[in-house]
Amino acid sequence: MHIVVCIKQVPDSAQIRVHPVTNTIMRQGVPTIINPYDLFALEEALRLRDAHGGEVTVLTMGPPMAEDALRKALTYGADRAVLLTDRYFAGSDTLATSFALSQAIAKVGETFGMPDIVFTGKQTIDGDTAQVGPGIAKRLDLLQLTYVAKIASIDLDAHEITVERRSEGGMQMLKSRLPCLITMLEGTNEIRRGSLDDALRAARSQIVKWSAADAGIEDLTKCGLRGSPTVVKRVFAPTSRAEKAAQIDTTDKSLRDLADDLIAAIFTRQPALEQELAVDGGA
Amino acid sequence: MSTANRETPSPTAGRAGMKKELPEQFKDYRHVWVFIELERGQVHPVSFELLGEGRKLADKLGVELAAVVLGPPGEATWHAVAEAFAYGADLAYVIEDPLLAHYRNEPFTRAMTDLLNTYKPEILLLGATTLGRDLAGSVATTLLTGLTADCTALDVDADGSLAATRPTFGGSLLCTIYTLNYRPQMATVRPRVMAMPQRVDKPVGRVIQHKLAMAEEDVVTKILGFLPDNQSAKANLAYANVVVAGGLGLGAVENLQLVKNLARAIGAEYGCSRPLVQKGWMPADRQIGQTGKTIRPKLYIAVGISGAIQHRVGVEGADLIVAINTDPNAPIFDFAHLGIVIDAIRFLPALTEAFTRRLSPHNRDKLAS
Repeated sequence: MHIVVCIKQVPDSAQIRVHPVTNTIMRQGVPTIINPYDLFALEEALRLRDAHGGEVTVLTMGPPMAEDALRKALTYGADRAVLLTDRYFAGSDTLATSFALSQAIAKVGETFGMPDIVFTGKQTIDGDTAQVGPGIAKRLDLLQLTYVAKIASIDLDAHEITVERRSEGGMQMLKSRLPCLITMLEGTNEIRRGSLDDALRAARSQIVKWSAADAGIEDLTKCGLRGSPTVVKRVFAPTSRAEKAAQIDTTDKSLRDLADDLIAAIFTRQPALEQELAVDGGA
Repeated sequence: MSTANRETPSPTAGRAGMKKELPEQFKDYRHVWVFIELERGQVHPVSFELLGEGRKLADKLGVELAAVVLGPPGEATWHAVAEAFAYGADLAYVIEDPLLAHYRNEPFTRAMTDLLNTYKPEILLLGATTLGRDLAGSVATTLLTGLTADCTALDVDADGSLAATRPTFGGSLLCTIYTLNYRPQMATVRPRVMAMPQRVDKPVGRVIQHKLAMAEEDVVTKILGFLPDNQSAKANLAYANVVVAGGLGLGAVENLQLVKNLARAIGAEYGCSRPLVQKGWMPADRQIGQTGKTIRPKLYIAVGISGAIQHRVGVEGADLIVAINTDPNAPIFDFAHLGIVIDAIRFLPALTEAFTRRLSPHNRDKLAS
């Protein structure tokens, strides 16, 4: 089977800092990583390949430096990496991103074989929208299976797949058809370490680099800023509350007294709480 | 896989500043719609929260607020319609069909896009739940319109455009996003981000019924079963009245027990900030913040949490925020109401004990007598 995994290179959010005066993101020196949610998708794809045979292609759209993320994915054992990079993609919102990626996936299909499954992560840690996966599914007319916790079975001859899908209040057991798009839930597996062979192969591998034209995109008005119906009008830091937190004075007090002081301050501000807590907890 | 974080913020700002000319085919799009999420006979509370927010937008625009109810034929669907009116809808669009008994992407996308194309609202709001996000992405891509996910504030500006604000750059800044030249303008909002409006008993008003142009054989994906969550093991953070959460300041995974002990003593749910989930100290369903759960408890106690913006936007709806942190300059003290600068690992046992003492029925009886 052929599986395409869409990944994104993101800044390691734990290390992002905002410039205190200009309110801009200080990107310098912030290391980049593969979006952590995408690793669950990649591992699931690698497991399916190991069980059923075939190939895993990783695909990303991004600046030339996104090649690092692809090479990392190869070290985990992906068979092929495609980088979609072009200045026309700059400023893409979710709709324009799903357009470019779906065109690239179609081209991957033409060039390397039609995919049976396209995987994405549940969402990214920088955009957090969870909308690009569904967008790709709709544009490629793939069955859409989001928040998948487990792939229960795949029957390649019958083109059937059964999955467990996280939904509100429980798990749905769904039977659907290949080809499909799956967004993988977090915590469902753990990315493998990757073998030495894979590491060596990754270092030697040629990464396929496509511009918009290479990916067969003719209508550039659907790409980047021009192809994005949404417009960011303002970026700002949230305003602080007028007053800072009222502090409990900790000088020369025992822990016991401090605890009583804090509880008294809580119930002074929210008198109704005491009754409520006594009913729920306490005792 | 998304790019709400644009690489080039300045040109976007420039484009947004250009004079807006809504294309002719969108000029008759009017009114505000809220999708009512009905699953297994229950309306998700986020739908009522959105009706409250939709009411404000509709009043500012001087238009009507409509609820969209998609469900199976029968009582549950009509109960949802009645509730939508009680929470402020002026009218309801209803599709009753057996295919809409349980959520599946294909029939729901079809039902929603048909309604949108027929009745043409200017704004559509959905809950940013697993269901709402699955549906919103499909619908927006089908209609090729703009969708702003996980908004934390909604407003209409002077020329009537929806101004949707959401955290960006991993939650370190906020941005306001417009859908200038397309309709409807779509936005999702996470549960508990907006306040629950007052419920007022009202008769069912105007209802517009529509048919689903689809049969079961047109739907590829079949539901084989449903396994409800074990309610006792599952965190119900979003709707908890009291929440205690721990952050990196706890130092070691064992110290989480101190947070759990306090939570048990006061009948609270417990949770954590994002880094603890990333470290594998707690499961993802207990994460509080923009990428986890948004909470609106009456009391929130944050222990060893520095208070990054992505955490802040998830807890700001709490009535009372109490911060316990060793660092007097931690940003959490900028939005907490009460603070104490102290080593939480030493302080939490004393606090748990003090709460237990104060709340125990025995002591309360003594106080009352």
